[in-house]
Amino acid sequence: MELDIVALSRLQFATTALFHFLFVPLTLGLSVLLAIMETVYVMTGRTIWRQMTKFWGVLFGINFVVGVATGIVMEFQFGMNWSYYSQYVGDIFGAPLAIEGMMAFFLEATFVGLFFFGWDRLSKIGHLAATWAVALGSNFSALWILIANGWMQNPVGSAFNPETMRMEITSFFDVMFNPVAQAKFVHTVSAGYVTASIFVLGVSAWYLLNGRHLKLARRSMTVAASFGLAASLSVVVLGDESGYLTTEHQRMKMAAMEGMWHTEPAPAAFNLIGLPDQRARETHFAVQVPGVLGLIGTRSLTREIPGIFDLVEEAKDHIRDGIRAYDALQAIRAAPNGDAAPAEAKATFGDLGHRLGYALLLLRYVEDPRRATEADIEKAAWDTVPNVPTMFFAFRTMVGLGFFFILLTGTFFWLSARRALDRRRWLLRVAVIAIPLPWLAAELGWVVAEVGRQPWSIEGVLPTAAAVSNLGASTVLTTLLGFIAIYTCLFIVEMGLMLRAIRKGPDPDTGPEAPLAPGALVAAE
Amino acid sequence: MILHDLIAYDTLRLIWWVLLGVLLIGFAVMDGFDLGTQILLPFVAENDLERRVVINAVGPVWEGNQVWLILGGGAIFAAWPPLYAVSFSGFYLAMFLILFALILRPVGFKYRSKREGPGWRAGWDWGLFVGGLVPALVVGVAVGNVLRGVPFRFDDAMRIFYDGTTLFELLNPFALLAGLISVAMLTMHGAAWLMLKTSGPVETRARGYGISAALLTAILYALAGIWLWLGVDGYAVTSTVVTDGPSNPLAKSVEVAAGAWFRNYEAHPWMMVAPALGLAGPLIAAGLMALGRGGLALLASGLSIFGIVASVGLAMFPFILPSSVDPRSSLTVWDASSSHMTLFVMLAATVIFLPLIIAYTTWVYRVLWGKVDARAIQDGRGHSY
Ligand code: HDD
Ligand code: HEM
Ligand code: HEM
Repeated sequence: MELDIVALSRLQFATTALFHFLFVPLTLGLSVLLAIMETVYVMTGRTIWRQMTKFWGVLFGINFVVGVATGIVMEFQFGMNWSYYSQYVGDIFGAPLAIEGMMAFFLEATFVGLFFFGWDRLSKIGHLAATWAVALGSNFSALWILIANGWMQNPVGSAFNPETMRMEITSFFDVMFNPVAQAKFVHTVSAGYVTASIFVLGVSAWYLLNGRHLKLARRSMTVAASFGLAASLSVVVLGDESGYLTTEHQRMKMAAMEGMWHTEPAPAAFNLIGLPDQRARETHFAVQVPGVLGLIGTRSLTREIPGIFDLVEEAKDHIRDGIRAYDALQAIRAAPNGDAAPAEAKATFGDLGHRLGYALLLLRYVEDPRRATEADIEKAAWDTVPNVPTMFFAFRTMVGLGFFFILLTGTFFWLSARRALDRRRWLLRVAVIAIPLPWLAAELGWVVAEVGRQPWSIEGVLPTAAAVSNLGASTVLTTLLGFIAIYTCLFIVEMGLMLRAIRKGPDPDTGPEAPLAPGALVAAE
Repeated sequence: MILHDLIAYDTLRLIWWVLLGVLLIGFAVMDGFDLGTQILLPFVAENDLERRVVINAVGPVWEGNQVWLILGGGAIFAAWPPLYAVSFSGFYLAMFLILFALILRPVGFKYRSKREGPGWRAGWDWGLFVGGLVPALVVGVAVGNVLRGVPFRFDDAMRIFYDGTTLFELLNPFALLAGLISVAMLTMHGAAWLMLKTSGPVETRARGYGISAALLTAILYALAGIWLWLGVDGYAVTSTVVTDGPSNPLAKSVEVAAGAWFRNYEAHPWMMVAPALGLAGPLIAAGLMALGRGGLALLASGLSIFGIVASVGLAMFPFILPSSVDPRSSLTVWDASSSHMTLFVMLAATVIFLPLIIAYTTWVYRVLWGKVDARAIQDGRGHSY
């Protein structure tokens, strides 16, 4: 991949998105855990639970602000780097983003101030409500952004309008209740819950190993293990749902995830491990489990999952249809008045308009898709194959980690039920070491979802290469380096403060009931 | 869905033009005092405790206020996609500067008081100052450039091209003047907020700076008005205006003419209310500050912001982003919106959520009512930053 404007813009988006998502999962999960802990406090009146809420709240706060800071970049970079994209699909894509702001960001951001500053200004119930508002807000935000992202993967409820030269909405309902978006939402939010649970579990295990803050650590582990077990099960079960929907809507992504070059008789075998080779177009040393992929992918024993070669053949047909749609579109546009457009062209566009995107794939090779040669079509069709080795390994790592998380949280759930959390020190060490793994799984999940969508920005509608802004490559390189520099600093500072706060541990509880000693530090920060 | 036909397309476009104004003014008024406070931070506070008082004056609320900006971005994307696409990519490096500043801001607020070292705190104080000054300045400069026209054009496939929008070209004298107005205006607003929320020497200093900033705002605003009248060409649509046609900017023709930005005011003298507020508001705010009335001064400076922002919008109507290199490509209220259905759905969402937002925001401000207590910060009671 040479560093042209498209590659640089993709790199910049990938950098900022992957960085944003370092902070998102912990916010998503920890906000809910905080709300749960504070609920226990309000219901039982035991101050240890308030102390826990405040302590994990400090870590939440340090993480949260970086999520906010990087989220702002996400919000603006569609227009900055992907201006044709924004113009082309803003009619549909912008709405969930705006609703996210109204419904989620305002809620979460307004009440997060009260979470920190409101401990002695609000009643118990009042403060609890603020905490739940933060949790609700961050989860709503995930819902709407994933509706937006789900639409890019499965662009329902919309059609191209020749008069405005862009995609326009035809059914808001379909966009909102897009099955892909729903599956993504549940999977991603559960991933956030897993992340926060394992974080709380690991930090508490470290306290137990060091014999510090035992009361707080044991209770935190119990909450984290049960919540984490439920979340891990949900991630895996609903990851399977994502897989199923991927087979339906993005068959090329599925084939790439599996390194499956040729269609196999149903039910297809699952490549447990292997070495996909993009150049040779085959997967070496595949170790297969018969039948499993067919079962996961189609939930049947008889439906076939098409392989990459067959899908490329299909893409060629789509491209040819796309060229006809493109031709018809030019005829419609050339007519002086929209209504006077030749009926024949309109009919063709009505039939084939949904393949217009495939003609745009040819823009890499010819200026006018109608002049494409067979060789161009062949090349463009092979462009529809995403990077197979990346997909193959990223997917397997994520799935492997998913099963590991079930095992880990399950073990601690069992230990906690038997009140034997610190019986086995090596298990505590495993929990500490496991802290970064959910982040790895989540980032790889996004790699699977987004790299697997390539070369499309909007699956089947708008190629990534056509979606960029007409900026100079050096301009984007400048900002890319700028972002990398800021993000590196932010990351170091954030990690430093996190570790410091963890090392320091919870503050002594100084709630309204506990009389204030002058100079005592308030637990909120 | 047939529901969207309940409201005519052109009415919806007009409503969304007003809502665009509401969002921009909401941002300038709500987040404006945070930005102003950050700009004033190095000047009104002389020791660490005073700086913490200043920071805590906005500590619990800046986060919610900032969402006005984020929602502004999202709503422009949803309701005016070509505007989002052209302006953010056209002002690319300027946007990067803003983002840089906006990244420093949340982190600065949250992290500054987490450690003791003077170097650490001084560093973040500087970051907060930059995080306030840069967005204020750049947004103003951008508005100045919008009034002059931005060098972009569309091709037939609605691809966007720019003929030179380097950062350097954006920094022309008129735009810089607009940037200064923005800085002065938000400084005035921040000073009024600090008068309301702090006491003692910080309040006194905020009052001094606030009066100067308010007077400066009025003077610069008057100056910019004269300059706009004498030295900046406006734009006008010359073809028949179709208000409910498909959003295709290329379907019209546009002329560039001296004084065109004042035609709306000639045709509808009632619109003069906006610039009148923009001019009188800061003067009244200065007077109220001199009298020590922080709360009323905040109201007056809020009204000034309303007047100044609205005066720009009304001058340009129906334009929202004129093009200097290909006037026909200019974006107007009638040809740069989303589809009928999207505008309707978004309006429905706004009608549901905006009152809710205003209700709980008001509640939160009431809970947090009162001046920041320096003693409490010293004891570490009830304050976070
Ligand atoms: C699944 C969850 C998820 C995903 C995929 C994204 N975000 Fe995010 N975002 C959140 C979940 C989230 C959150 C949990 O709500 C955050 C993280 C930290 C935080 O403070 O809120 C947040 C913060 C956040 C903010 C700051 C909000 C505030 O001030 O409170 C903005 C503007 C965005 N995001 C925008 C985006 C955009 C434009 C994205 C896509 C391209 C995106 N986010 C992906
Ligand atoms: C057996 C376990 C798992 C399976 C079968 C699975 C399956 C999938 C699939 C198929 C996708 C791609 C969706 C698409 O087509 O766009 C995906 C994405 C993703 N996965 Fe997993 N996953 C598993 C475990 C995990 C775990 C443990 C995490 C994190 C803790 C995780 C986090 C993500 C994220 C963040 C995404 C991107 C968002 C999305 O597309 O939903 N997954 N997963
Ligand atoms: C925060 C979680 C996310 C992560 C970690 C993530 C990751 C990525 C990655 C790795 C790429 C680069 C793919 C490539 O070029 O090979 C990418 C591209 C992109 N993603 Fe995501 N993504 C996330 C969420 C989203 C969401 C929620 C949206 C839309 C709502 C989105 C829209 C895009 C766009 C527009 C591009 C660039 C153009 C393109 O490649 O299509 N991403 N993302």
